[in-house]
Amino acid sequence: MMTSTTTLWIVIISLGLGTYLIRFSFLGLIGGRELPEWCLRHLRYVAVAVMPALITPLVIWPDATGGETDPARLLAALAAFLVGIKYDSVIGAVFAGMLTLYGLQYLLGQA
Amino acid sequence: MFIPESKSAFWSGFRDCSPFILVVSPFGLLFGVVATEAGLNLLETMTMTVLVIAGAAQFTALALLEDQAPTIIVIIAALAVNLRMAMYSAALVPHLGELSLGTRAIASYFMVDQTFAVSIKKYEQQPTWPVTRKVAYFFGCAASICPLWYSFTLLGALVGQSIPKEFSLDFAIPICFIAITAPMLRSLPHLAAALVSVLVALLLAWMPYNLWLLAAAIIAMMVGARTELWIARRQS
Repeated sequence: MMTSTTTLWIVIISLGLGTYLIRFSFLGLIGGRELPEWCLRHLRYVAVAVMPALITPLVIWPDATGGETDPARLLAALAAFLVGIKYDSVIGAVFAGMLTLYGLQYLLGQA
Repeated sequence: MFIPESKSAFWSGFRDCSPFILVVSPFGLLFGVVATEAGLNLLETMTMTVLVIAGAAQFTALALLEDQAPTIIVIIAALAVNLRMAMYSAALVPHLGELSLGTRAIASYFMVDQTFAVSIKKYEQQPTWPVTRKVAYFFGCAASICPLWYSFTLLGALVGQSIPKEFSLDFAIPICFIAITAPMLRSLPHLAAALVSVLVALLLAWMPYNLWLLAAAIIAMMVGARTELWIARRQS
């Protein structure tokens, strides 16, 4: 056992409660009240501001290669991006990305 | 909730979020395996997965526990990974804010990267949808992936086998998020925000506790809002 059972349960409960409060925060407390226009203008960009930052390190420094930049993964990400932006198809983009990755891994002899 | 319009919105959310099965299943499986190897019993593993329902934070907590980090550091570091969800919570206010407190409380629990990203994309495309339809769509997204997250964690904990590395399913995570984000980049402000988000994430990658993510997101949001204003002024 890596740690005491009590410590573990403290972590589980605090993490569960804390994460819930983070999720509930604005949606729970602001509710139906009108937000000022400048605020709404910023909130419109939350998704496109968070997701690219979330993805970037996973693409450039993947854990699976020990953080080493991998050409196959870069090209796979690019393929998914291009199909996604052109055809607005999530399934299509996922397929394009994963097939590019498998194809390149096969060609480069990594698989 | 039970009018036909909501029912169809629920199923379209369910369908639209289903590509993420590819992400959630191997990731859940892996968490079950890693947690069990770290010495958590079935009850502990499952309670964590059901209460926290956020993979990245759960892995962070496990790794720090194994390093014997002080309890408070484990909690703070794992919560820092989840702080981005405060932004999701705020971004959902204009769409789901009118709901009853109880419904908002339940929706908050299911607010994960996938349900948020898929729903917000839909809300941008369908700004006239009534709130009942929007929330049905959101719960449809949650129904397609959250039960899988629990089941695959359970499976991983019981079987102790994750999917072999050769399948490179680790990369399904960025691929799926790219797939969902790319179509949103069709206006200049959205594109500008996304580019800045990538750049700042790279420049600030040295920051601890996922602070780079928050910094990148806040700066990118401001760039998006600024660009929108700038375009509006030029057109007027």
